[in-house]
Amino acid sequence: MLIKGRVWKFGDNIDTDIIIPAKYLAMTDPKSLGEHCMEPIAPSFHEKVMAGDIIVSGSNFGCGSSREHAPIAISALGIPLVIAKSFARIFYRNAFNKGLALLEADIIDNIDEGEEIGIDLSSGVIRWRDMEVTAKPIPPFMVELINKGGLINYLKKQLEE
Amino acid sequence: MGMTITEKILASHAGKEFVEPGEIIDAQIDLALANDITAPLSLEEFEKVGAKDVFDPEKVVLVMDHFTPNKDILSAENCKKIREFAAEHKITHFYEGGNCGIEHALLPEQGLVVAGDLVIGADSHTCTYGAMGAFATGVGSTDLTYGMIKGHIWFKVPESIRFHCYGKWSKWVTGKDLILHIIGMIGVDGALYAAMEFDGEAISALSMDSRFTIANMAIEAGGKNGIFRVDEKTMLYMKTHSKKPYRVFESDPDARYRQVFEIDASKIELNVACPSLPSNVKNVRELGDVDIDQVIIGSCTNGRISDLEAAAQVLEGNKVSGHTRCIIIPATPKIYRQAMREGYFDIFLDAGCIISPPTCGPCLGGHMGVLAKGERAVATTNRNFIGRMGHPESEVYLAGPAVAAASAIKGRIAHPEEI
Repeated sequence: MLIKGRVWKFGDNIDTDIIIPAKYLAMTDPKSLGEHCMEPIAPSFHEKVMAGDIIVSGSNFGCGSSREHAPIAISALGIPLVIAKSFARIFYRNAFNKGLALLEADIIDNIDEGEEIGIDLSSGVIRWRDMEVTAKPIPPFMVELINKGGLINYLKKQLEE
Repeated sequence: MGMTITEKILASHAGKEFVEPGEIIDAQIDLALANDITAPLSLEEFEKVGAKDVFDPEKVVLVMDHFTPNKDILSAENCKKIREFAAEHKITHFYEGGNCGIEHALLPEQGLVVAGDLVIGADSHTCTYGAMGAFATGVGSTDLTYGMIKGHIWFKVPESIRFHCYGKWSKWVTGKDLILHIIGMIGVDGALYAAMEFDGEAISALSMDSRFTIANMAIEAGGKNGIFRVDEKTMLYMKTHSKKPYRVFESDPDARYRQVFEIDASKIELNVACPSLPSNVKNVRELGDVDIDQVIIGSCTNGRISDLEAAAQVLEGNKVSGHTRCIIIPATPKIYRQAMREGYFDIFLDAGCIISPPTCGPCLGGHMGVLAKGERAVATTNRNFIGRMGHPESEVYLAGPAVAAASAIKGRIAHPEEI
């Protein structure tokens, strides 16, 4: 699957309190959560970002709490993918469970905000300007889970049988 | 080849003789936990998949602790939905109102977790229960839904990092200072995906409360779980609190570790994590004049009875500074009552503190002590991220209860020996 989008850059250790502050966690509606995504450090992010845009970040993206509101808020803005040097482990599982794609690649220092970037999700190849980087492969077990339609669809099928 | 305590617990729950780091296993769970923030998303998924029942109504725990007493209409409605779900599915362990405490202090106290258990919780600080020699880790609401329905879930077996601590602790120093020291040393992703195993004579010397504090903050170093050896203190704790059968697992002498750290406890001093990462750790004496508007003593990290005791020791006969608010949050109703009986409430009230009902409240900027723009707090909580306790331009310094109490009196970050 090929995707193309504009880049929004964030740094290292983007925690879940930045992605979606806890004061909004009584809400579960994706649209409302999206309106507060990245609010503490980029209050107008939700207005400027466009569907199809991509987040590029440093290390340990999604550290902190287990709140699934975080990948939900990002997806609600139409962001299909986050590329980061590394991800916190609970966020990593949550994102896949919620259908937000993640790729591990160290590209943040070689890319500018607003640049157009192309990604082949199946091969993990990321292209921009004349650059090409291959992301760390998604663990085979996760690929299998994605191919089954994600954890919830997999569970649903089991319950129907 | 030997196994670590973490590997042994995972292997036993996956019906295997042996597991190794990196292996994907499907393991039985002994307990599945969610709270008033994470359960609503979980119940949405529960409905979506068309599930009829949870795998075992006695092994699902729902604790309405984050926004209790409910901060607004939305949080009240969330609790109402969860309450109805708990009634419909005959969930034995539903905690709300007068029996509600902060989940990670409440569950061990209620005897719901014992050594050898495998616990998942839709809350990142679920790793707290590792203090009891259990494997416990935080998951999202979707994984929790799966576990809650099926009674098992997939795990990647983590590598282990060993923290071997020797030597004698200095006065006032607690588990909080050790874990802040470790996070300062290895960073907020220093234990990413790893099990953090704590042992040695200095660890045996620590109280259960200090061990809960340490295990609680394993996630702040990116850890999957924190875990301790079961010793006579763990056994006594379980005997006092639980009737559940337990299993004692121990790391083999030839178990494999990704890294081993040797830590001299006598060199650990009172530490403070400065804004805005738990790894930004400094010795309290290194900090100059840092004025403080608010102090929070509580949370799943440091809201237990020995934390309140340490705070009372420092606050006794003193007054909270005129420009500082000091909020004390006993973590559970039982701790609340015990603190009252020990006379700590009189000390706190005489000093001018506010005593809050058990709640996560201000720790995550929810309610009951939120910070204004430019305000600064010392908190015994676990995270000092940007905007964690309120306005994005407020600041949180993390510390143990003695430093927090001393800071409340001085109105600036202070060492308890200054009092």
